[in-house]
Amino acid sequence: MGFVAQGLQGLQRAVLPMIAVAYGMRDESFGLFAALGLGLVIAAVGGGLAYLNWRRLTYTVGETDIRVESGILSRAARSVPFERIQDVSLEQTLLPRLFGLVQVRFETGAGGKDELSLRYLSEEEGERLRDVVRARKDGADAENSAVAAESADAETTVEEPARVLFAMDLRRLLTFGMFEFSLAVVAVVGGALQTFGDFLPFDIWELEEWQRVFAGPFGQLESLGRTARIMGGILGVVSLLAVGVATGVVRTVLRDWGFLLERTAKGFRRRRGLLTRTDVVMPVHRVQAVRIGTGLVRGRFGWHALSFVSLAQDSGSSNHVVAPFGQMDELRPIIAEAGFEPPPEDLVWQRGAANARIDSAVASAVLLAPVAIAAILLGRPWLALLPVAAAVFLGLRQAYLWRFERHALSPAQLFVGSGWLVPKLSIASRVKLQSVEISQHILGRWRGYATLHLGLAGGTLSIGGIPVPRAEELRSAVLSSIARTDFSELGQ
Amino acid sequence: MDDTPPAVAGTEPPKPPSKPLSSQDPVPRPEDAPGFGDDTLTPLHPNHVKVLRIEISLFTVPFVIGSLVLETALLLPAGSFIVPVVLAAALLIIRVPLRRYHARGFAMGADRLRVVRGLLFRSDTVVPFGRVQHIDVNQGPLERAYGLATLTLHTAGSHNASVHLPGLLNEDALSMRETIRAHIKRETV
Repeated sequence: MGFVAQGLQGLQRAVLPMIAVAYGMRDESFGLFAALGLGLVIAAVGGGLAYLNWRRLTYTVGETDIRVESGILSRAARSVPFERIQDVSLEQTLLPRLFGLVQVRFETGAGGKDELSLRYLSEEEGERLRDVVRARKDGADAENSAVAAESADAETTVEEPARVLFAMDLRRLLTFGMFEFSLAVVAVVGGALQTFGDFLPFDIWELEEWQRVFAGPFGQLESLGRTARIMGGILGVVSLLAVGVATGVVRTVLRDWGFLLERTAKGFRRRRGLLTRTDVVMPVHRVQAVRIGTGLVRGRFGWHALSFVSLAQDSGSSNHVVAPFGQMDELRPIIAEAGFEPPPEDLVWQRGAANARIDSAVASAVLLAPVAIAAILLGRPWLALLPVAAAVFLGLRQAYLWRFERHALSPAQLFVGSGWLVPKLSIASRVKLQSVEISQHILGRWRGYATLHLGLAGGTLSIGGIPVPRAEELRSAVLSSIARTDFSELGQ
Repeated sequence: MDDTPPAVAGTEPPKPPSKPLSSQDPVPRPEDAPGFGDDTLTPLHPNHVKVLRIEISLFTVPFVIGSLVLETALLLPAGSFIVPVVLAAALLIIRVPLRRYHARGFAMGADRLRVVRGLLFRSDTVVPFGRVQHIDVNQGPLERAYGLATLTLHTAGSHNASVHLPGLLNEDALSMRETIRAHIKRETV
């Protein structure tokens, strides 16, 4: 069945050459037939290859590992031990979904293309595989395979009911979409017009053509004078905004339709997507840090997004979004469920070094100064105001950053707040950090400030522009926490 | 600006440490492990300077050849290309390796390794042994000729996923590897 879906997906690739041939031969009487023929050939070849691929790809679930053998001419065999599989996630794009097929991905931490994935399995087979891998993994962990696997099997059959941690209804989804304003579609349409503009009956980049087009139906509008033109301008802006909001809503609905985060016996389980449906499970102990982000406008309304940092990849991004759009009160229980604590009220926050901010502001001013001088020398003193204004803006930004970028250390966690207009808070467990680096550039050494980089599995975490003694204090505190627990004990 | 750490002054590379490993017998608890001040940094093996010199010499060769070509083209009075290039190369070869050498150092604690490096961009990294995923000891052809090796510690972190410590005597690097490996094993079992 899988190769049918793959062949159909291959058809998508046949469409463009077909159009190209149809266009190239549009003067010939047999042009259309040639295009159809080409499409058929491409589909047949694609389908045949897909069938061969399907015939030659086999997987075996062994005692300790899963093996996949594939390849038509050159053969490849891969074995992945169960203990190394961090997570099994299921993904369904539109076409396979219509056929009831699913892609099973085994997350090992290898990242991206190196991950093992099996495409076009039936849904039941995908679920079964996931359960088998989990049961075997538990068995391998317990080092007593026979007994443990049995008990694990028993465990999976009487799995405790999942608790819903976060879900989004349609109303929430639409509100979320409103904030996901995006003009990407305008850019895409503009680019498409530039590329395929030749097909239009007139040249859209010629002003006179536009005037001629508008002179017809909009002739009387033109004669109405300035008010009408301003109205037209407002109308244009409003329609642009409408397009942006519509794009945001559509994209959000497609991506986050039926968003459901549950706490199961095995960890967090997230399902989402309208056309492409994904089903991801994250073991709780794999969560290395949590991040709370927000947006420029939505932050004013108290909406935040929560994501987990872990070694596993989530469709290209290393963070797993677990609550894309919620109020802080909704996010706190999820944070607690992951074993992290939201910043307590009495937490002592520390600011960075003021002289680091001053240096940054001065550096940007120094860079902008030649521009202003050049403008004055060229006899355009008014133009010189632009870089001056930019320098003032950047200086104010640094002052604001100094005021609001902060970090704090609690007995178990490290809090780092960053960002100017769009504040972001990272909460990392001190024990789960991997290494600590204090780095200084030459100015920093002279002026006595440093950047603290913390090794975080699956993400980056750093605190910039803090005084050297503070950096050393943080380092020794974090190191003493790390040294108490070995990496292999982190899972427990 | 003065980039030489206080531990090593003077222009001549000091004698290599006979045993860079601090082997305290009852292993101290992590809490009272030695906090390394700047004075506990161990310098690298002096041969590291020679390796750096050869590397920089190889780097300057294309520039010298280029200036020779320009010189034979007789565009400007004789010596206007080759003299500054050779002077700059000489400065690089004599001065930079020494300064780099003095800027680098490491400290082996009971449960962590500290690596310090960098002239303009100074970095001071500490890797706890408990977070080391695997350990490499690499020898390039130059390093082999001088009996040196580079120790690389890999962690799971995205930043500083691998920390390199060049310029160790090969035997020292191997024994450091064993120490770290033993530590990991002890904590795991």
